[in-house]
This record gives sequence, structure tokens and C-alpha cells, in this order.
Amino acid sequence: MVENRPILNANSHILLLLGVAVTLLPIWITFVASTHASEELLRAPIPMWPGDQLWQNYAEVLSGGITGAGGVPVGVMMLNSLVMALSIAIGKIAISIIAAYAIVYFRFPFRMGVFWLIFVTLMLPVEVRILPTFKVVADLGMLNSYAGLSIPLIASATATFLFRQFFMTVPKEMVEAARMDGAGPVRFFIDVLLPLSRTNIAALFVILFIYGWNQYLWPLLITTDESYYTVVMGIQRMVSAAEQLPVWNHVMATAMLAMLPPALIVILMQRQFIKGLIETEK
Amino acid sequence: MNSSPYRHRMLPWLLVLPQLAITLVFFIWPASQALWQSVLREDAWGLSQEFVGFENFADLFADPLFLESFRITFVFSFAVAALSMVLSLLLAINADRVVRGNSTYRTLLIWPYAIAPALAGVLWFFMFNPTVGILSWLLKGAGYDWNHHASGTDAMLLVIMAAAWKQISYNFLFFLAGLQAIPKSLIEAAAIDGAGPVRRFWSIILPLLSPTTFFLLVVNVVYAFFDTFGLIHATTEGGPAGATQILVYKVYSDGFVGLDLGGSAAQSVILMTIVIALTVVQFRYVERKVAY
Repeated sequence: MVENRPILNANSHILLLLGVAVTLLPIWITFVASTHASEELLRAPIPMWPGDQLWQNYAEVLSGGITGAGGVPVGVMMLNSLVMALSIAIGKIAISIIAAYAIVYFRFPFRMGVFWLIFVTLMLPVEVRILPTFKVVADLGMLNSYAGLSIPLIASATATFLFRQFFMTVPKEMVEAARMDGAGPVRFFIDVLLPLSRTNIAALFVILFIYGWNQYLWPLLITTDESYYTVVMGIQRMVSAAEQLPVWNHVMATAMLAMLPPALIVILMQRQFIKGLIETEK
Repeated sequence: MNSSPYRHRMLPWLLVLPQLAITLVFFIWPASQALWQSVLREDAWGLSQEFVGFENFADLFADPLFLESFRITFVFSFAVAALSMVLSLLLAINADRVVRGNSTYRTLLIWPYAIAPALAGVLWFFMFNPTVGILSWLLKGAGYDWNHHASGTDAMLLVIMAAAWKQISYNFLFFLAGLQAIPKSLIEAAAIDGAGPVRRFWSIILPLLSPTTFFLLVVNVVYAFFDTFGLIHATTEGGPAGATQILVYKVYSDGFVGLDLGGSAAQSVILMTIVIALTVVQFRYVERKVAY
């Protein structure tokens, strides 16, 4: 602050509060709608204050199925999402950290070729190669499976870059000291590099978990068996359930449940989240 | 980089193998298939194929629907980027100004980042729903009959708002980081020379923020181009009458619903070209200097 102008300060606070209100309004309305009985959500104006059906609605969607969405309980969808998000996050971190390790600490033929091949994946988002990728997964018999949900999304140029960048800042005296003490490459990786990368791994985990949880197109394509639906795509099935009006209180309860895990992670791991966000985009 | 790397023949290959295998099987191979498909024409049952050269591309650029989809994508992307960036810059500037409550505002503003685009779409879809939506009800009170099922403009506005809303957190964080990296002494010097807050913003803060702004512009356009598929699919499904059919959605619907493999592949190739161009731009400018 350069000068102290109370009016400007008040102005800033008002603007920020307004911004927060606009940002949170959709969430509030969703929450409120998820606490009412469906009869109250048939025509406008809908209530703006929470009702008393909270436990009932949430219990119904979590355990019972929803017509139009294949009758799979939302609890099962959440579990599928969790498996998918965790496999993607952990898988991506695991394969990129070892790939980055190889690229930085070893000399081998085609080292840069490998690096560029990985780099190219940055330019090929699922959305632009939907059909052929689908075909590959179908040919491998991976439709309707957790492997099919996660493995094709596991290669990540950004994570490899991040680790490569970080390994390059690790002083090379470390390798020399480790070698002097008789540690081989595997030992050095496990006992020195891995502990040093802890904060980077945590930051990356937050970003990748959210990425995995929020996948939409991919699960939509490769799951035809309802028991593999993830919650983010399952909600679309509820909204567009043919020939009938969406049961809004259930849809909104599901929406709340679908955003809860990633939102909690962002709030609870805010420091790692910001670090991850800023570093992965560099 | 490293004067004494390990020497092993097999180990490095073992280490890069998983990443390489997945890249080859799920990225490079499908992408080359898309390239190959894009110069073939196949009947809908996949019984016969013939090589047609660039005919698929020529057909596309002669197809008014495709050109319209191109136009829609550009309008959509730049509207989302502009709306979201202006709002978040405004918020970031104010958050940077206030001393008290800074981190509380940040916590409250960043977590919509965690919401999936498809979910963001559903939330706004609900608020603007012509029968139960609270906002469409308010608009009706103000004399505007909102209906995104019938009006293309309304549907477009709906997806723009939902997409921009979700992106505010991201832009806010980067703008805030950018603002905090501007040396305070510059601003103080300007203040001593008699520049007021508005003048300081236009002549000092905004120019110094330009690397961040440019970076965010690219990121937001990429986001609007590709990540918003779920948002469109869960709400308007490209309608009404194709009014919100962005390119990514068209690739999907032509390929999976329309089964026009050659046409869909040609569109994929065009999209790939766009991503590659955007990535190159991003790397060339962003690598150079962004002040975090």
C-alpha cells in the first residue's frame, strides 16, 4: 500500500466481497437445492434457504440408484472416481519421476529423442485424438475397466518436465558423495532423490488428483457398463435423462458430492496446490 | 548438466520404458492413425477405404457448418478468456491492495478451480433453467424471457458464463502472484511523482503485468478450446441448432454419433495443428520471462 485511503480500502473490500459472492452463489444455490424435497424445486422461485431434507437426499443418492443414470448408487460412482483419480495421480508421478531420473542422470543413446517423444504428448490432448485412441483401447480389451480408465491418461509431459527441472537443481556433489559411499543408482534414487522431491510430489499430487477426478470425455467414451461410471460423467446422465424432468434435488446432491473431494483437497492443501499450479505451468 | 552420470546399459531404458510405452501406444500411434484416417474415406461400415488425399480437408473448408463451428469456437474462447481475465484482474488488484483479509479472500476465491467443467456447466444450467432457475426467474421479472433451449444467443451466453466462472480462480492466482512480484519501489516512486491509483495502474502495473496476461490468454484459450467439452456436452449438447457446437464437440459428434471417420479425423488433425501452434507460442514467450 502506497497511501492510506480509507474510502479506497472500503471500496476494495466491497468489490472483493461482491466477487466472492458471485463465485460462491452457484455453490450456495446447489447446496440449498440439495436440501429440499423435489416438489419444492418444480417451479421458480425456488427456495434460497436450506430445507430439512439434507440427510434424506444425500442418503438416497449415495446408496440408492437414480433413474436415468442406470440406477447405479452415487456411492459406487464416487468410488470409481476415487480409484481413477488416485491411479492417474500416483501412476503419472511414478512413471514420470523415473523417466526424468533416467533422462537427467544417465547417458544413453537417443536420450534426447526420448525426451522429445515425451514432450510431444503435451500437444496431443485426448480431445483431438478421440476416435483412434478409443479404438486402441477397444482393441486391447480395456473398455469398462479401471485400467482403461486410467492408463491411457497416465503419460504426462508436464510431470516429467517438472521433475527434470528439479533434478537439474540438485547439486551434483550429491551424486558424487553417494557414489563415494558406495550407493548405486537405485540406492541413490530411493535414499536421496526421492526424499528431496517430497514437496514437488505433494504439489503435483494435488493438481493431478483434481485432473483425474474431473475427467469427463474419457470415461464417457469407454464406460458402457454403468458400474464403471464416474461421478462427474454420471451427473450428465441424470440431467439429460431422456423424456423426463431431472430430479433436481438428487442431481444437486450428487453435484455437491462430486465437487467435495477435489474442493477439500484444494482447501486443505492450499500451499501445495498453489505451488503445483504455478510450477506445472512454467 | 552432469559431468559424472551413471553408466548403465539397461537401467535407463527400464526407467523410461513405462512412460515411453504409454506414450507410443496411447499418444503417438492414435495420433498417426488420425493423420492417416484424415486422408482416407471409409464407408460407415468400415468395409472399404480409399485414399482421397486432401479431399476431406477440402470438404471441411467448403462446409458452412464447419466454418460456423470455427467461428463459434473463436467467439466462445475469446469471450471466456476476456470475461474471466478482466474479472480476476479486478479481484486480484483489490486483493493485492487490502492488507487485512488477504488470505481469506484467496481461500474463498480459489476453490472453484477444483470443480469439473461439466459440473460447472450443470450448476449454471440449473440457475438459468427456464422453469426452475433462480436467475432466469429474476430475468423474467426484468422483462427478459431467458430460454437457452430455444435461443442460440442465450445458450452461448450460458456456456460462456459457466466456463469463465470456473476459470476465475486460476487467473486470480496468477494475477495475484504477478502483482506481488512488481517491486513496491516503482509504485512508490510513481506515487511521489503524483500519479494516482488509476494512472499507476495504466502506466506501471498493467505493462509490468503483460507477461502474465499474455501467458494467461494462451492458457485460457487452450482451456476454452479443449477442456470445455464436458461443459458443453453436459448442458447444451452443442445446441440449439448448433449454436454452441465448438470444434472439439463437433469432432466428437461427427466421429461417434455421425460415424464420419474421415471427416472427424481431418478435424482432429486441424485441432492438433491448433494445439501445436498454441503450445509453441506458449513456450516461446512464456519460457522467456514471466514474473511470478
